[in-house]
Order: sequence, then structure tokens, then C-alpha cells
Amino acid sequence: MKVKMLSRNPDNYVRETKLDLQRVPRNYDPTLHPFEVPREYVRALNATKLERVFAKPFLASLDGHRDGVNCLAKHPKSLATVLSGACDGEVRIWNLTKRKCIRTIQAHEGFVRGICTRFCGTSFFTVGDDKTVKQWKMDGPGYGEEEEPLHTILGKTVYTGIDHHWKEAVFATCGQQVDIWDEQRTSPICSMTWGFDSISSVKFNPIETFLLGSCASDRNIVLYDMRQATPLKKVILDMRTNTICWNPMEAFIFTAANEDYNLYTFDMRALDTPVMVHMDHVSAVLDVDYSPTGKEFVSASFDKSIRIFPVDKSRSREVYHTKRMQHVICVKWTSDSKYIMCGSDEMNIRLWKANASEKLGVLTSREKAAKDYNQKLKEKFQHHPHIKRIARHRHLPKSIYSQIQEQRIMKEARRRKEVNRLKHSKPGSVSIVPEKKKHIVAVVK
Amino acid sequence: MSTVRAAESLLALSRQEELEDLPKDYPLSPSEDEGDIDGERKHQKLLEAISSLDGKNRWKLAERSEASLKVSEFNVTSEGSGEKLVLSDLLGPVKTSSSLAAVKKQLNRVRSKKTLELPLNNEEVERIHREVAFNKTSQALSKWEPIILKNRQAEQLVFPLEKEQSAFAPIEHVLSGWKARTPLEHEVFNILHKNKQPVTDPLLTPVEKASLKAMSLEEAKMRRAELQRARALQSYYEARARREKKIKSKKYHKVLKKEKAKKALKDFEKLQKVNPTAALEELEKIEKARMMERMSLKHQNSGKWAKAKAIMAKYDLEARQAMQEQLARNKELTQKLQAASDSEEEKGSVEEEGELLVPDTVNEIQRDADGPNPWMLRNPFSGPKEAKVQDAEQLLEPVAHEASESKEEERPGAKEDILLNTFEERRALRKKSGLSQDAEPLRKQESEDSSSQEVLSELRALSQKLNKANQQSGKQNMTSLRTVLPVQREEPTEAEEEPLLMQRPERAHTMEELEELGKEGCFQNKEVPRPVVEGQQLERNPHNLPGAPKEKKRKEQMIDLQNLLTTKSPSVKSLAVPTTVEELEDEEERHQKQMIKEAFAGDDVIRDFLKEKREAVEASKPKDVDLTLPGWGEWGGVGLKPSAKKRRRFLIKAPEGPPRKDKNLPNVIINEKRNVHAAAHQVRVLPYPFTHHQQFERTIQTPIGSTWNTQRAFQKLTTPRVVTKPGHIIKPIKAEDVGYRSSSRSDLSVVQRNPKQLSTRHKKQLKKNSVN
Repeated sequence: MKVKMLSRNPDNYVRETKLDLQRVPRNYDPTLHPFEVPREYVRALNATKLERVFAKPFLASLDGHRDGVNCLAKHPKSLATVLSGACDGEVRIWNLTKRKCIRTIQAHEGFVRGICTRFCGTSFFTVGDDKTVKQWKMDGPGYGEEEEPLHTILGKTVYTGIDHHWKEAVFATCGQQVDIWDEQRTSPICSMTWGFDSISSVKFNPIETFLLGSCASDRNIVLYDMRQATPLKKVILDMRTNTICWNPMEAFIFTAANEDYNLYTFDMRALDTPVMVHMDHVSAVLDVDYSPTGKEFVSASFDKSIRIFPVDKSRSREVYHTKRMQHVICVKWTSDSKYIMCGSDEMNIRLWKANASEKLGVLTSREKAAKDYNQKLKEKFQHHPHIKRIARHRHLPKSIYSQIQEQRIMKEARRRKEVNRLKHSKPGSVSIVPEKKKHIVAVVK
Repeated sequence: MSTVRAAESLLALSRQEELEDLPKDYPLSPSEDEGDIDGERKHQKLLEAISSLDGKNRWKLAERSEASLKVSEFNVTSEGSGEKLVLSDLLGPVKTSSSLAAVKKQLNRVRSKKTLELPLNNEEVERIHREVAFNKTSQALSKWEPIILKNRQAEQLVFPLEKEQSAFAPIEHVLSGWKARTPLEHEVFNILHKNKQPVTDPLLTPVEKASLKAMSLEEAKMRRAELQRARALQSYYEARARREKKIKSKKYHKVLKKEKAKKALKDFEKLQKVNPTAALEELEKIEKARMMERMSLKHQNSGKWAKAKAIMAKYDLEARQAMQEQLARNKELTQKLQAASDSEEEKGSVEEEGELLVPDTVNEIQRDADGPNPWMLRNPFSGPKEAKVQDAEQLLEPVAHEASESKEEERPGAKEDILLNTFEERRALRKKSGLSQDAEPLRKQESEDSSSQEVLSELRALSQKLNKANQQSGKQNMTSLRTVLPVQREEPTEAEEEPLLMQRPERAHTMEELEELGKEGCFQNKEVPRPVVEGQQLERNPHNLPGAPKEKKRKEQMIDLQNLLTTKSPSVKSLAVPTTVEELEDEEERHQKQMIKEAFAGDDVIRDFLKEKREAVEASKPKDVDLTLPGWGEWGGVGLKPSAKKRRRFLIKAPEGPPRKDKNLPNVIINEKRNVHAAAHQVRVLPYPFTHHQQFERTIQTPIGSTWNTQRAFQKLTTPRVVTKPGHIIKPIKAEDVGYRSSSRSDLSVVQRNPKQLSTRHKKQLKKNSVN
């Protein structure tokens, strides 16, 4: 007679090693886990609240400069190294991990207008108000040696900006015209000009490295091709553009920081309409820098705040300010896309987290899973009014807040006027100009 | 803008000139000359255009240089007035006179001279340069579009983008930098070197290499060919087998099976001759298989499949056949093996002897009881009926004899035996045809309606003498047969028996019954066309009665089938019984309702509900607005109402709202008011990426937490869009990363070439471009 016995496969319940997790059988029958939407909603609400609770973006302030910080540069190879140039001609190199200045150079007389590092990270270039371009070694001088630049180029005019090529020993300066320099020569290998106004900034495209973008004080943005030694196109905006920044992941996208409080993201192939107009600042935008992931950028404004914008959104997702931070002149997003640095008028460089509520340091796998889950929940329920309200809520200084209100009223008035004009004029005679087109004056071929 | 236009016209002109310069080598022709003149005119225009370039638009006064027939007072030249001066006219006389060769030459020289191309405005050139360069660059940039699109839509992007290749040094490289130090290592290395073991790649000893080379070309070829052939053959056989397997024809498979069986038999015979012991073993095997089959219920139509088929058998011919086949197989397997033909003869002789010795009936019974069933010995499809009928006849006659001369029987219990026999036979008959089953009850109830029963009755008529009861009933059958038609017509109530008849197919358990079913088609319908059938039957009976009943039955069946197609079945009255049952149920229900009514006599829930609903409907209806002001425009005061006209005028009728959701649901009230408390948590507007609210609701309704999802699914659902590694520098995307070839020349080298040369080279190209 056959006797049937209960038998279980030990593989189903015995751990292989002591370190393995115990197998917990789990029943996923939906009837046993009811109310999934309400429960997840509550979780999302909690996650959103916690995000706001833990949002402490400010990490450190690097002080030491004796004048306003005018320019910043990232080290291409080292995450911990940052270079800054001040309005008194002083250049400082900082160590972020120690939060200390490791080197101080009196580089120029007058402003340090621009600073950039070489792609290999062994040296850096500065331009100043004293009409010179100087190349410096990244490492300090040996004992007994004097602090001297590797090369100095004396120019005829003031240089207002500098940027280094991403792969080759070429750099570009701007001032009266855009000059392309070979590092080995004292005269530019090619000068490009279009119009006569001074150019405030020049930037190399990080992907298609022969492309340059510059912005001049006659309200235009000019694109250049280094290889063909010719400007390509010019777009004239309503107001002056202070600087531009190329998207490091999308070759033809760049963002311009404008004086009219807005930022404009352009597709360089179609300059007549910006891809997106980013507005939230209440004063001139002075600097912009892309996250290395190319998904977001940070902008520094004269309104004493910095804002983080997603590339495809017209409104900022984050605003950072502190009581003591004055007009922010320069901003940089670190190469690991985790931090943001900004240099401001009151001589300080501040270090912020790019993600305000992110926990720093190593996460355990469970923490990571929880973080991801919360993130997804927040994303899923982001349109629900309560969650939206909590997630969007930011405390702002009174000056900014009142300005926002004021500008809102002004904008509303303008809109109303436009609508009224449309309403009371002959149909077809007045057309509504979309926001994207409004700020473009002309595109010059 | 005017300058631009002028420049364009310039370009256009110059192009025309070029075009006209082409047929230079051809001799002069009038058309050519015209072209020349045209050219001159264009030249004139060109000059004008150039002069207009400086901005001042001067009107050049036309000068009169020669006499003309038509001179207008407005200083209009002869241009455009029908009389056109053509060079060919002038040259016509020149051609003829050779003395004017010098002039001709001069003229030719004049013709060949061209005006110099005016260099383009510097600004213009630059503009064209820029345009071309921009087009080129934007084209070059467009290659990034697919990648950017992909990255934007990517579910997850992991930064840094470039993969770090973990470099594994090959063993040889490691070995080359390593030296033997210890004595053991030295020894090992010595041995390795002695045996010429390779240390570096490829790791083959010289011997191995030699052996690799050893196989000659021819050998290798032969071997390859062989292998190829084998492979081809194999594939061929495989294909063939597959093809054969795919053949759906049952006949083909039957034939195949038969062939196989035949072959097996032949083989067996051969084996018998050659190797009797082996044959015996084979035989034993078969015998064993038979035993097993007898033991098992495998082919007894008792399995699940068979039962399912039995249900279907009623309607499905194939199912019936399948069942029959199974039974046939059972028989085949359980059949005792008949040895050689001589043994059969022996058996036959034995039987003959048995016939001599024992009465047939006994023999028959025995055979029916335990011997190999004569039914089974024959083909189940063709034989059994006739055989059975014949058997029955054979059986009946002697039985009848014996019954009549019962006293001559030696055995005392012979009569009982005979009786038994008859019963047995009857049972067999019943089994043979489902008809026989109803024969008995029908006979009992004295209702002879089945035509097949006539056959039985005839059979019985032959065996009347045996059983008195049977005899009587048989007689009745005979008599009733002739009167059936009128009886039927008079008493349709007889049909009430039909439900019982309908049950027959379910009782059909044995194979014979099924066979009958298969042959007759729908059996129960057979009774239906009764009148016609019986009418025919009556006509036929007189002739056929003495004859073979078998034949009659055949014909009858055929007719039945025809009738089945032509006649309609009368309505079945079997509903009578169920209706009574229903009535009973109704009554019960009524009773229950009554009870409930009594219990809740006081409160009228339904009316309350209806009232409530009416109120809800009223409340939800949009109200009319009455804007009448009493006393306005007419007398006012206590007791005075505004006039109907006025009221009508100022009554604003509310538009009818959308139909209520519960309009067509009488027992439901659906509250259409929004829940304010819930609304605070609800999304009011459909968010951007969604196009339909259902889409949005679906995303909300699918949970992503680990409470509702398996670990794997949870991980998949919560993957972050962007992943960055802490402490890693994310470099800008590179062409090499995404598989594009980056430009081989460096930007610097291009710039360092003479830019002027570059621009001159461009010039022509640019011009073309701009023209195009």
C-alpha cells in the first residue's frame, strides 16, 4: 500500500547561507490588500511632506575672497577642486571636501573677467581687466618658486570672457571680437566679428566642439563655426543676454540667460523661436549652467536667488536663497550632478545640494528602494491638489515675494490689455503673439 | 534692401551671360546675332543696375543718336517699336564682300570681348558664407537628433554614459612579466620547456599543431562529403516523416496500418518457419497482451474520453465511429489467436461433431456465453446484423422443434433451458438493435408504433409456439399492426409514451446499440414519421411477411431516413408534466409572497422609496427664474397679483439639464451631487501628458508599491529616470559613445589652414548655392 506523506522541498524554505534573507511567502491576492489607491495616496502625501521637511539644500559657504566673486570654473578631472576669480583680480582654488582655499593667486589688476580650465586639468586660463590672458599651472609653485603664470598674452583690448576647447589646445576669448587662440601662439589664429558691440561671453559647444556661441551687448546671440572661421547666425532678443550655456547631452540646444528676467532655451538650428522660455526670476539672470545630465540647469540672478529649471519646463522646480546671499553673479553645477556652487557679490561661494532633500552619503539598498518608491509615488500623484500644493510650496524672502506679486499683476494687466485690444479691433487685424515669439526681435543670417 | 535686390539681379544677369557664352565656336547666325544684341542690352541694363547701386535712382535720358521713322515727343527710343535693328542685318552685306574682312574681324573681336564680372559686395559675400556655413553645420548637428530623442524618452538613463571597460590582461602578458624563483617553480618550468609546452598564446603543443595539420586535404574532403551526405539523408528522412505525419487522410493511415499488420504477420510466419521458438515467444507475447487487455478497462468505452464521446455520439457520426473503433480494437486484442488454418478446420469438425452430439441450442448458448463470441469474430461493421438474424433463425427453428417435441428431450430441465435460450436470444436481439429495447415495454402497453417492432414481432411469430404469453402478444401485434394507422389517428394520446422512448439513446451502452445508432441516424425521430411509415409498412407487409425479415428491415430503414428529411415532427406533448411542476412552484412562490406581505403589512417601503425618488428628481431639476416685480407698471397692493402676461414675460425658463443617471433605473437613486470632501483630494483638470481621463485613472489605479507587486515588478516600476553614480564625473556625450564617427581632423588643424584660401575656394560654391 502506498502511503502519501507530506513532503516539502527544503530548497523552498532553507537558506543557503546565514547571510541570506529568510524567504517569506507572500500572498499577492488583491482581495487581501484592499484600498490600494487611497493607501498609495497617503504614502505619496507623506513622502511629499517628508521631502519638504528634509529639504535642507545649503551645505557650505566658502569665504576668503575680499571682493565679489566674478567667475567660477570646475576642474575637469577632480570633483573636489573649484576655481574662482574675484573682482579684485584674485583667483582662488578651493578644495570642496575640506571646504578650504588651497591656493590664492593675485592674477590680474582689476576684475578677473573670466576663468577656464584646460581639458586635461593641468592648467587654467584667466582673463582680466588689465587686457591680459594668463595661463596658470593648476599645481602650486614649488618651494621657493614664485607664483607666476605659464604664459601671458597682452592684448589690445579688454577681454571679457574666455572658454577652452573641450579636446584641443585651443581657447577662445571675447571682447571686441571673438578670438580663437592656439595655446602655443601669442596671436589669435582666427578672429571672428559681426557687429561692433562688445561681446560679454563665449562658450564652446561640448559635443560638436568646433561650435561656439557668444552673446554681445547689442542684445544678440551669435553662433560661430571655428572650422569655417565664420559666424553662422545671429538672433536678436528684446534685451541683452548675459551668458549662454550649451546642453552637454544635446548638441544643438543651448540656454541663454537674459536681462529680461527670463531664460531662453534655443535649438540652434531654428533660432526664430526658442524651444522654451523659462521664467520665474524677478530680476536679470546673470549666469546659467547645465547639469551634466542635461536634464536641468541652474540659473543665478540679480534677485539674490538661484533657481533650478528642468529643461522642458518653463517654471523652476527649486529656488535657493539665504538671507546673506546677495546678487549671485556666477553659478556652476558640479560634474557629478549632485551639487551646485554659486558665487555672489558678498564675496562668498556657496555650495548647495542639487536635490534639496536628498540624503548624502551611502544609502543601504532598502533606503534606496524606499527613496525610489517615494519618488515614483510623488510623480504619480503630483497632480493631486494637496500634494501639488505641498510640493510647490517655497518660502521666499519678502523682496522676491512682493516682486513676484507685482510682476504677476503687471503681466495680468498686459494680458488683459492684449485681450481687450483683440476684442475691440477688427478681426484679423490684431493677432496674439505667442510667448515664445514675443521676445525675439529678429534672426539675422 | 534695394542693394540686395540689385545684387540679385546682377547675379541673375551674369548667369545668363554664362549660358549664352556656351555656343561660342559655332559660326555666326542670325539668332546668334540677336543673342549678341540681347547681350548688349543686358549689358546696358547691368550698367544701369550698377549705377543704381549707389542708391540714387537716376533716370537716364534716352539720347537720339540716329534718324528714325518714329520719334515720339517723349524721348522714347526705337526700342520696342516694331523696327528693331539687328546686327545680322548689318553683317549680311559684310559677308558677301571680302574687302571688309578687317571690319569683320574687328566686329568679331568686339563680340568676343566680355565685361568683367563685378566683384560681390563684401557684406554680401559674408552673408552668403554665413548662410552656407550655417546650413552645413545644422545639417551636421541633425545627426544627433535620433540620439537626443532616444535619451529624452528613455525609461532610465544611467550616467556616466560611457562604459568603463574592465581590462583583463591575457595570461601570456601576466606570464611574460613573471619569473620563476623558487626551486619548485624552476623545476616546473624546466619540465614545461622540455616538453615544449607553450607558455604563450596559442596554447598548443608542437605535437598538437602537427596533428592539426596531419589530416590531408583529400581525406578531409572525403570526410566532409560523407558528413554532408549523411546530413542530407537525415534531413530528407526527417522531412519525409514530417510530411507523412501531416497527412490527414484517415484512409491513408488505415491502409498504412493494415500494411504494417500484414507485414508483421508475414514476418511472423517467416519466423515460424525459420525459428519456431522465437515465433512461440512472439505468440506468447501476443497472448500476454491479450490477457492484459482483458484485464484492463482500456478499450471498453468506459473511460473519460469514451463517456464524453458517448454524449456526443448522439449527434456526431465521427464520435460514434471513434467509439466503435475503440471497441473493435478491444475485440481485436481480446480475440484469441487462431493458430493455423488446419486447426480451424479441426475446430470446425469438432463443432460439427458437437452438433451431432449436443443440440444446437446448447452449443449456441455456450458459444454465446464463454467462447469467442461469433459477433466478435466478424467485422463489427458489416456482419453482425445478418449474422445475428440468421443465427436467430437457425436458433429458433430447432428450438421450436424441440419445444413442440419437448417430451423427447432427455434432460428434464430442457424446457427451462429453452426458455432461457429464448430470453437470451431476445436479450441479444435487444442488444443488437436499440429498437428491441422499446419492443418490450411497447408490447406490454399494447402500443405497436415502431416499425422495427414489426420485425421483432415477425421473429416472435416464428417462436410463438414456445411461449404462450409471447404468442398471444405476438398475435395481438400482428392484428394491431394492421389497425395501427386508424388507431393512431384516433388516439394521438398514445404519443405520450414518447418521452420514455426518448430515453433510449442514453441506455445504449453496448457496442451493438451504438452501431445501430450509427446506421439509423437519429433513432428517436424514427417514430415520428409514423403514419407514413406504417402506411408503407402495411402495404408491404403482406408480401414480405413470409420472406426474410432482414431485408424488410433494411428497406424500412431507408424509408425512415427519407421521411426523416421530409416530414415534420408533431409537437411533443411531453410538456404536460413539467407545466404541472411549474404551477406547483408558482404556487409556492405566491405563498411566500403572501407571507412576506403579511409580515410587512404596515410599512409600504416601495411607495416611500418612489416618493423619495420623486423628491430627489424634483430637487435636482433646474428651477425657473421668476423676475416679475409686482406693482411695476401696473397697480400693486395687497391681494393684487401681477398679470399672467407679465409673469409669462419675466419668467425665465431654465434649460433642461442632462438626463439623470437613474432615469431608467426604477429601484435606484443616484446622487449626482459632488462630494465636496472628496473633491478636495481629486484632480480637477486632466494633466498634460494624458489625453483621456480613463488613461489617467488607469495610471492612478495601478499600484506600484511592494504590497501589491512582486519584488521584481516593484523594482521595475520604481526605477528612477536618471541614475548617477556618486563621485563620478559625467562627461558630455561623445560621438564615439553613441556609435558615430567623430570627425577625424581636429578642429585646430582646420582652422590653421589659410582661412583666406578657404574663403576663395568657397566663393564659387557659394555663388552657385546662392543662385540655386
